[in-house]
Amino acid sequence: MSWDVALILAMDGLANGSVYLLAGLGLVLIFSVTRVVFVPFGDVAAFSALTLAAFQTGRVPPTIGLVTVLAVLATITELGSLWRRGELRRAPRALLAWGVLPLVPCLLAWMAARPGVHALVQILATLLLIVPITPLLARVVYQPIADASVLVLLIVSLALHFLLSGLGLLFFGPEGSRTEPLASGVFTLGDSFVVSGQVLLMVGSAIVLSGLFFLVFERTVAGKALRATAVNRVGARLVGIRPARTALMAYGSASLLAGLIGILIGPVTTMYYDSGFIIGLKAFVAAIIGGLVSYPITALGALAVGLVESFASFWSGALKDVIVFSLLIPVLMLRSYLSRHEEEEQDEVDE
Amino acid sequence: MMTPRNRMFLAAAVVLVLALVPQVAGNFTVSLLNDVGIGALVALGLVLFTGIGGATSFGQAAFVGIAAYASAWLTTTQGMSPWIGLAFALALTGLSALAIGMLTLRLGGHFLSLSTIAWGLSIAMLFGNVEALGRHTGLSNIPPLRIAGWSLAEPRAIYYLIWALVGLAFLFSRNLLSSRPGRAIRGLRGGATLLASVGADAYRVRLTLFVTAALFAGLAGWLYAHMNRFVSPSPFDVRASIEYLLMAVAGGLGQLVGALVGAALVLLLKNGLQDVLPLLTQRAGQLEAVAFAAVFILLLHFARGGLMGFVRRWTRGRWAAQPAAAPAQAVAPLPQRTLPTRGTPILSVQGAVKRFGGLVAVNEVSFDVNAGEIIGLIGPNGAGKSTMFNLLTCTMPMTSGQVRFMDRDIAGLPQREVARLGLARTFQHVKLRPHMSLLDNVALGAYARTGAGVLRAGLRLDRAEEQQVLQEAQRQLERIGLGDRSHEMAGSLPLGTQRILEIARALAADPVLLVLDEPAAGLRRKEKMALGELLRKLQGEGVTILIVEHDMDFVMKLVDRLVVMNFGSKLVEGVPAVVRADARVQAAYLGSVV
Repeated sequence: MSWDVALILAMDGLANGSVYLLAGLGLVLIFSVTRVVFVPFGDVAAFSALTLAAFQTGRVPPTIGLVTVLAVLATITELGSLWRRGELRRAPRALLAWGVLPLVPCLLAWMAARPGVHALVQILATLLLIVPITPLLARVVYQPIADASVLVLLIVSLALHFLLSGLGLLFFGPEGSRTEPLASGVFTLGDSFVVSGQVLLMVGSAIVLSGLFFLVFERTVAGKALRATAVNRVGARLVGIRPARTALMAYGSASLLAGLIGILIGPVTTMYYDSGFIIGLKAFVAAIIGGLVSYPITALGALAVGLVESFASFWSGALKDVIVFSLLIPVLMLRSYLSRHEEEEQDEVDE
Repeated sequence: MMTPRNRMFLAAAVVLVLALVPQVAGNFTVSLLNDVGIGALVALGLVLFTGIGGATSFGQAAFVGIAAYASAWLTTTQGMSPWIGLAFALALTGLSALAIGMLTLRLGGHFLSLSTIAWGLSIAMLFGNVEALGRHTGLSNIPPLRIAGWSLAEPRAIYYLIWALVGLAFLFSRNLLSSRPGRAIRGLRGGATLLASVGADAYRVRLTLFVTAALFAGLAGWLYAHMNRFVSPSPFDVRASIEYLLMAVAGGLGQLVGALVGAALVLLLKNGLQDVLPLLTQRAGQLEAVAFAAVFILLLHFARGGLMGFVRRWTRGRWAAQPAAAPAQAVAPLPQRTLPTRGTPILSVQGAVKRFGGLVAVNEVSFDVNAGEIIGLIGPNGAGKSTMFNLLTCTMPMTSGQVRFMDRDIAGLPQREVARLGLARTFQHVKLRPHMSLLDNVALGAYARTGAGVLRAGLRLDRAEEQQVLQEAQRQLERIGLGDRSHEMAGSLPLGTQRILEIARALAADPVLLVLDEPAAGLRRKEKMALGELLRKLQGEGVTILIVEHDMDFVMKLVDRLVVMNFGSKLVEGVPAVVRADARVQAAYLGSVV
C-alpha cells in the first residue's frame, strides 16, 4: 500500500467515522438517560436519507404516513395510560401533544413536496419530519416498560429494529436512492492530495455538532438535567427532574442527530430501507468502546471504527463488516478486564 | 398437587399423540411439526442459558448455522456419511462455542448480550462470503439421513428422529437441572460471589451452560441441513436468532416445557400469518415481519412470563414439579473432613491493610482464631469490619499483610479456593435463590464436596452421589431446625429464617471455620435469641465461628473472645467482660467526654 492510497483510505475512514461519531453520541445519550440500547437508531437515519431523496424527486415522502401512524399509536397509548390512572381530564392536552403536534411537520412536509422548492427547505422539512419519529416510538414502545431490566429493553430494541425495517420496506419500498451532493467541488491539499467537499462537510459537521453537544451539556439547564438523570435517576427525580421528560428530550435530540446523519450520508452511499442497521451497529461498536457512558471515548472509538473499516475494505471488501464487528470482542474483553470487580446481580427477563 | 404418577400419564399421553400424528396428519402438518421440533431444540438451549442462567444470547442461530454448514460441507464436498457429519458438526459447534464463550462470558450483563449480536452477525456474514460454502447461494444436494439402509428423506420418516432427539434433549435438560451442576446453574443469577462462596466458579458454570446450549443448537442445525437438504446463509442470521429467542420468551423462559410450547406457538402463528395476510394485502411478506416484531414487543410488555407463566398462574402451582426430596432410606454419608483439635490456631491475620485510594479502610489489623472458639469482630459503623470480612474470605484482595488459614497463606487466592479449604460464609444481604426449595439451597452448599459434571448429571449417572448430597442437606436443615420445611421455597421464608438457612448452606460445605456477616441484622429479639442458641449448639458440635456484628448485646452474650475495631484499626482484643470495661471501647461506641 502506497502513501497515497493510505491517505485516501484514511480520509474515507474519517468521513465514515464522523457519521459513526454522531450516531455514537446519540446512542450514548439515549442509553445513559434511559438505559435503552437503541438499536433502531440507524433505521431512523436511513428513513431520513430516503425522505430527502423523495423530496428531491418531487414525491410526497412516505415518511408522512409513517409519522401519522406513529402519532396515532402514541396518542392511543397516552390516552390508555391516562384512562388507567383516572386522569382523563388531561386528555385534550395529550391529544394535542401526541396527536396534533407531530402532524405539524407532516403538513409542512406535504407543502414542501413539490418541484422547485429550495434544497435547504427540503433539508429542513426532512429534519422536522424525522425529529418526532424517535420520541413517538419511545412513547409507544419504551415508556410503558421504562423500569424493566436493561436486558428486556435490549430485546425490545432488537425487535423494534425488525419492526421498523419491515415498516421501512412497506413505506419506502425496496428501491435504493441516493440524494444530490450537498457540497460540490474538490479541494487540493499539498501537491497532489484531493479532498471532496462532501467529505469535508461530513467531518466538519461532526466537529461542529459534537462541539454543540458539549456546550449544551455543560452550559444549559436542560443539558444538566440530562446528565443528572444519567448519573442517578432517583436522585434526579428528588430534585424535581421528570425522568419521562428528560427521556423524551434525549430521544428527540437523538432523532435530530439521526436525521442529520441521513442527510450527510445520503449523497455518498445508496441508501435502502434496511441500510441503517449496519450503520447503527458500527456506531454501537464505538459506543461500546466508550462503555455506553463516555462521550469523548465514544468519539475516538467512532473514528477508529471508521478507519478500521476503510482499511479493512482495502484488503477484503466482502469481509470488512466481519472485521469491524469482530473488533468488538477485544474491546469488550478489555472492558470486562477493567471492570471485573463490579459484582452485579443478573437481570431477570421473565419476572 | 400433581402427583408423579399423573405427570407420568401426561408425559406418556404427549408422547403417544406425537407418535400417532404422522399416521393421521397430512404432509404439511408433519413438516410443520418437524420445524417445531428443530426450533424447540434451539429454544431449549435458550431456556437453559437465558431463562435459567440469566444471560441473553442473540447469536444462537449462528450455532445452528455452524453445524448445518459443517455437516453440509462434509457430506457434499467430501462425500462422507451424515453420521460422521453429525460428529463433525457437534465438535465444530462445541469448539466454536467454547472459543466464543471463553472470550466473552466474563462480561457483565448487557455487554455480554451486545457481544452476542456482534459474533452472531459476523458468523452469518462469513457464511455468505466463503467460497467453499457456496457464498450467498449456499450448498445444495445434501444427502438425506439413512438408518440401516432406511432413508429418512421423507418428512414422515425424519419426524421420528427429530422428536426422539427433542425428547432426549428435554430429558437431559431436566436431569441436569436437578443435580449438582444444575443447582450451580440455577444459582448463577444470584451472582458470582454466591457461587464462589460454595466453591463454584460462575464463569466455568456459565461456560459449560453456553456450550450445552450451543450443542443443542448444533443438533438442530444438523437436522435442519439433512431435512431441507439445502443450506444458505439467511436462516442463520441475527433475525433468526431473535426468532428463537421469541420462541423461548413466548413459551416461558422459566420452564423447559416453555421451549416446546414456544416453538409450536411461534411457528403456528407464523404459518397462520402466512395464510391470512395474503388475503388482506398484497404486501403480505413485509407485513409478516412487522406483525411478528409487534407480537414480540407486546409479549415483552404484557406477558414476560410467556404462555407457561400463565399456565403456572392459572393452576397456582398445582402442576408444578415436586422439588427433590431427601432419600427415604439412609445412604452412606458424604465424606467429612477431620476437624482440627480444639485450641489449635486455624486462622491468623497478620498486619492486614486495605487502602481504597487515599482511604485506609483496614490498618495493620492482626488477630487469631482457634479451633472451637466463637470470636466476635465488632466495632461501630464505618470501623472497617465488613472490609476485614471481605479480606479474610478473599472476596477482595488486600493491599498488604498476611492471612493464614489451615497453615496456608490464602491472601490473593480466589474466593472459591478459600471456600474449598473449609472457610464457609454467609452474607449480610441474604443471597438465597428464592425460587429454589430450602433443600436445594442447602444442597448448593455441598457443591465443593461432590464432583458430578454436566454429562454425568444429564445422563443420570450421578444418582448415588445426589442421594448423599440431599441426605446431607436434609441433615443440615434438621440441625438448624427447619427439617420439616425442606420443600418450601426459600423466598417464602421471613428474613430471620433466611439468615439461618444461609448458615445451613454454609454448614453443608462441612467447614472448618464458619464466618458470619452481621447475622443478627434486621432480626427481632426472639429470632436473635434463637440464632444465639443455634450458634452455641454448633460450637458444642465442634464448629469454629467468626462473627462480624455491630449488635453489642447479642455478641457479648455469645462469644469467647472479641476483637474491637475502630477507624480501621484494632482497638482492643479480649474476653467480653474485659472489652466491656475498656474505656476506649466505651468511647468508640458512646462518644468520649473530652
